[in-house]
Amino acid sequence: MSEVLEPTKNEEALIAVMDQNPVQPMPTESPMHHLKLGARSQGSNVPTVYAGELGLKGHLVIRGDADNSDFRKGVEVALGLGLTDTLQSAESDSLSISWLAPDEWLVICPLDEAFAVETALRNSLKGHYSVVNVSGGQTVVRLTGANAVNVLKKSSPYDFHETHFPVGKVVTTLFGKTQAVIRRKDKETWDLVIRRSFADYAWRWLEDAASEYGFQVADNLA
Amino acid sequence: MFYIYCPYCKEHREEEEFHAKGQAHIERPADPDSCTDKEWGEYLYFRKNPRGLHHEMWVHAVGCRKFFNVTRDTQTYEIKEVYKMGERPTITAQNQTAAKQA
Amino acid sequence: MATQKNRLKSGGRIDRNKPLTFFYNGQPYQGFQGDTLASALIANGVDVIGRSFKYGRPRGIMSAGADEPNAIMQLGATEATQIPNVRATQQELYQGLHCRSTSGWPSVDFDAMGLIGQFFGRMLPPGFYYKTFMFPESFWELYEKFIRKAAGFGRSPRENDPDIYDHMNQHTEVLVVGAGPAGLSAALSAARAGARVILADENAEFGGSLLSSRELIDGDPAHLWVKKAVEELAQNDNVLLLPRSTVNGYHDHNFVTIHERLADHISDKAPEGKARQRMHRVRAKWVVLATGAHERPLVFANNDIPGCMLASAVSTYIRQYGVIPGNNLVLMTSNDYAYRTAFDWQDTGRKVIAIVDSRQNPTGQYVEEAKNRGIKVMTGSAVIQAEGGKRVNGAMIAPISADGDRVTGDGTVLSCDTIASSGGWSPVVHLSCHTGSRPVWRGDIHGFVPGETVQQQLIAGAVSGSYSLSECLKEGLDIGLLAATNAGHATDSLNVTVPKVEELVEGERMAMFYVPHSKPTSRAPKQFVDYQNDVTAAGIELATREGFESIEHVKRYTAMGFGTDQGKMGNINGMAITAKSLNKTIPETGTTVFRPNYTPVTFGAIAGRHCRDLFDPKRYTAMHEWHVENGAKFEDVGQWKRPWYYPKPGETMQDALNRECRATRESVGILDASTLGKIDIQGKDAREFISRVYTNAWAKLAVGKCRYGLMCGEDGMVFDDGVTSCLGENHFLMTTTSGGAARVLEWLELYHQTEWPELEVYMTSVTDHWATMSIAGPNSRKLLAELTDDIDLDKDNFKFMDWRQGTVAGVPARVFRISFTGELSFEINVPAHYGMHVWKKLFEHGAKYNLTPYGTETMHVLRAEKGFIIAGQDTDGSVHPYDLGMSWCVSENKPFSFIGKRGMKREDCVKENRKQLVGLKPKDPSKVIPEGSQAVDNPNQPIPMTMLGHVTSSYYSACLGHGIAMGMIRNGHNRMGDTVYYPQADGSVIEAEICSPIFLDPKGERQNV
Repeated sequence: MSEVLEPTKNEEALIAVMDQNPVQPMPTESPMHHLKLGARSQGSNVPTVYAGELGLKGHLVIRGDADNSDFRKGVEVALGLGLTDTLQSAESDSLSISWLAPDEWLVICPLDEAFAVETALRNSLKGHYSVVNVSGGQTVVRLTGANAVNVLKKSSPYDFHETHFPVGKVVTTLFGKTQAVIRRKDKETWDLVIRRSFADYAWRWLEDAASEYGFQVADNLA
Repeated sequence: MFYIYCPYCKEHREEEEFHAKGQAHIERPADPDSCTDKEWGEYLYFRKNPRGLHHEMWVHAVGCRKFFNVTRDTQTYEIKEVYKMGERPTITAQNQTAAKQA
Repeated sequence: MATQKNRLKSGGRIDRNKPLTFFYNGQPYQGFQGDTLASALIANGVDVIGRSFKYGRPRGIMSAGADEPNAIMQLGATEATQIPNVRATQQELYQGLHCRSTSGWPSVDFDAMGLIGQFFGRMLPPGFYYKTFMFPESFWELYEKFIRKAAGFGRSPRENDPDIYDHMNQHTEVLVVGAGPAGLSAALSAARAGARVILADENAEFGGSLLSSRELIDGDPAHLWVKKAVEELAQNDNVLLLPRSTVNGYHDHNFVTIHERLADHISDKAPEGKARQRMHRVRAKWVVLATGAHERPLVFANNDIPGCMLASAVSTYIRQYGVIPGNNLVLMTSNDYAYRTAFDWQDTGRKVIAIVDSRQNPTGQYVEEAKNRGIKVMTGSAVIQAEGGKRVNGAMIAPISADGDRVTGDGTVLSCDTIASSGGWSPVVHLSCHTGSRPVWRGDIHGFVPGETVQQQLIAGAVSGSYSLSECLKEGLDIGLLAATNAGHATDSLNVTVPKVEELVEGERMAMFYVPHSKPTSRAPKQFVDYQNDVTAAGIELATREGFESIEHVKRYTAMGFGTDQGKMGNINGMAITAKSLNKTIPETGTTVFRPNYTPVTFGAIAGRHCRDLFDPKRYTAMHEWHVENGAKFEDVGQWKRPWYYPKPGETMQDALNRECRATRESVGILDASTLGKIDIQGKDAREFISRVYTNAWAKLAVGKCRYGLMCGEDGMVFDDGVTSCLGENHFLMTTTSGGAARVLEWLELYHQTEWPELEVYMTSVTDHWATMSIAGPNSRKLLAELTDDIDLDKDNFKFMDWRQGTVAGVPARVFRISFTGELSFEINVPAHYGMHVWKKLFEHGAKYNLTPYGTETMHVLRAEKGFIIAGQDTDGSVHPYDLGMSWCVSENKPFSFIGKRGMKREDCVKENRKQLVGLKPKDPSKVIPEGSQAVDNPNQPIPMTMLGHVTSSYYSACLGHGIAMGMIRNGHNRMGDTVYYPQADGSVIEAEICSPIFLDPKGERQNV
């Protein structure tokens, strides 16, 4: 799968597309690797909040004109999922797509499929668009449980009430003093996309906010 | 703490998600090199500070990262209108005064 | 232990089966579950709870709520749990509570201050602060210690608070403030309409006045109606009930802060793992203020002797807490409502000496009832003076004129120990004022009510001037429905019936604030208006005599309302007295307004969890753990934690730097450069866009090449720099400074979205995606060669300022041959999840080259040896590229007038004699000029000296064996070889020669090998 492009030899190359998966598997560390979440002790309370890092994923940022039907079609052909409307997300078995801005979406897929997805997108898109692999730069924390919503209310000024934040909605908002892309997966489950360098802070914040409700690290949330 | 409607996210968000970017509708001169120092100085530094309606630019920094305009009453802090880049305000000090006189 | 001599045998909402021991000024006392600290102190017969600020007069509990000016306590059993400024009237009693009085020195019972109060009071006349500050400074210093010691309202703890405080963000359609009859009703109807409702009240129990009310609702005692209402609300999922929660601030766009005390009523420290207090940050569609009203005391002589209280407070203590503050009551009133206090008192079996009514012919049902009860009612009269020392022992009563302005006959003294007074009620307009709304005077109720507001605010009950219970209930239900309707709920079909109330009909009230005395105000015993700041009626009159006419000025001059109680009790009386002495009406005089917070808020609640470890995010790179394990000291760069240097055992910082610098120049060093901002730029106009935002030329940069760029503002001043690489014809990777990444991206978006939307370009931050490690030094190529087999590292095929894609340590990588050290150098970028793997592989192979990790400090030294600037250190927003000697980085010939081009041509930017960046070599090779030092031509000139510019960067260079510096010097580029002097604070002077900032390898040979 690895195909090393030699840019100087390829004068035609408009965009430097790069398969970022090694030929042989190499050791990886997720943004929360150092926190050793699996080994963290559980509180004595009966847990009503669970959270865990989903592990490394492929993250691609797609930019393009939502009013351009070719662009819309191209994305749908490549992903099997169409572009979502304002603050909406969609998911299939292996992919999710989240609206980030009127011309920006986040696609999350298995890490080793990132290049294939990017290639599929590039093959079916034309004109002015961009696809950027940001897999190394962010991570997904899944937060669930009866009191998960209270953890969010302590962390973000956004309105998480289900009349305002139904399942499938996705917003980029504050999380403590950093930010997160927060998507409601089901009534009590939320996926938080956190930037790598802020992951330590975000996790500590979350753990602190959850502690009064009984908190347990969960590593099998995916 | 304002509650600002983002015209791109199409809902209200807390002020903490935005950065204020100063007076709106300040266009970069088309040909800077032919500007006099005075003209360039006006563009660079001189800003209105009205008591009452003011048109300001904001960016939804922790959000969609889009810039947009806000018409705000600097006395009451009431936001009268929010509109996208490239659009003109429908509520202005002039037409408010005109409406009052009418 | 003292007995609860004032505790009634029965009644009240306290639990007599749960006695609680508490400590006041070190002495144990007993109260019951359900008491406040104030009710427990009254039960124990504690009369004096503090001494006054200026005069040292003994003071007692005046009220039963937030308006209390006197009973301000210092709470806390241990040093760490000290809380100042707690109102005893609002603090619930718990087992083991420790408190101390805060005003009163040396002790509340010792009269020392009282004796010298006469003298002291003269020292502190109205306007004291202003007058004192106008005197020589020494005056203030003389008194300050004494004043603070004698007057203080508590102190902060000297140890870390062990408790947790946090924040909760809330959104609601209807926020109801206050859970009295109006607030409960509003919450009920809004919730029934289906609205999301928050109901907050500062007290432990919902109900407000209904908890001590005499009225029946639907035939039952009012508290039973409260119980049913609360039960209904509690069952509704859309309703959040917040007792013990003070709505403290009403801010813009219906943003409201609520201070909830979760554990202050339980013990000295909150239960393990639980928050003590929580700040709710509420965004409400509609706010219903049902904040009620505060009773006003009447202003008469010696009205501060313990035993003088608000009438309603006396009723509250009797009915809600089962305590009675004395034996013999004189009640003075200007209205019917206060009569109930006499009835409540009489019902306990203790004696009502008289009701003194300022009205000539009161005729309401209350008056009838009093007469039926056999209570002596003295009409057309007033208590003009209280008698007593540490406790009231009599009330001097005199007839007064119908307008209440004059005493018309001789006074007689009635023996009593309690004087309750009521001058009517003041709606609690505080929150409405927070929004900028000015209260308006309503003559019919003799009070200010909330005025017009731009907020989505409604008012119900006593705050709107509706004082009868039936009005409050009806208004609450109506306003609750209106709020729900406004929030978008259909309410037409809702059937809301107003409960039936049995209440007495009140007669007309009299406008009465200040009680006349037989002597002129200035000669009569003190008539207190603001108890906390010892502001008297005479003081206010003095202020107006001295020419202060605006109420805002009178307030500041007298310090009225400046205390921690913010004048809740005294301000309206003060305004009325001001109006009278100015011969104006109250509306003409106007009112002062109130600011947040309504009552004091702890710093803990304001900070929430944004403290200690969670105060600010700490950003880490993918290799951070390695740095920690290898002993790095860290430096904050923005929010990033970057390795600063890596000391070995026994090394000083300078030792470590010298070693790191030498190892890099002699063999190979490695820097974690992941924090550099990185922006992926794609689109057919990417090159054009970059040309417009950088000062230099980009038209010819080929794919596979990198270039350094300077970024300026429209004023022509440098604000960021970095290397941008051409990844593809339509694809660039821009790097920014570590601290400037977010700002630069927003800057680029600003120009793209607002000025040049026609350019087809998309920018995406990839800062966190790439782990970046820079290997530098003569052996860097050899090291890299061991880890890659698909990148041709030959010096002619992979030149300086080229980049290549390939595999490093088995991981797909982009390698940039760029240098910030002047050495042969490669910057390796891999997806961050492989960062640690590649970093460790480099060390595995680097051992034989003595691969040495270096931090930001060595990076600074190495780059300074080469004269490379750091934007933000060597620039400060007033420096353009020419000032930096970087004209090579400005392309005047670009077709588009790039950002900064016009700015740097302004008159001031092109004038002679600007400060310019130069190198500075200390004459004494051992000296390092402190950064920030100012240069002068003649160090012996008189101060202030003519300064030429400051040192921006300065280090000891181990490789060169002397100090090196960069700095601004006026006209510096034309002064090469001149000597300048840097006088230091210790009197020494460092001499330096102006030179090129490039101290090492001026031809750049080392990086081109």
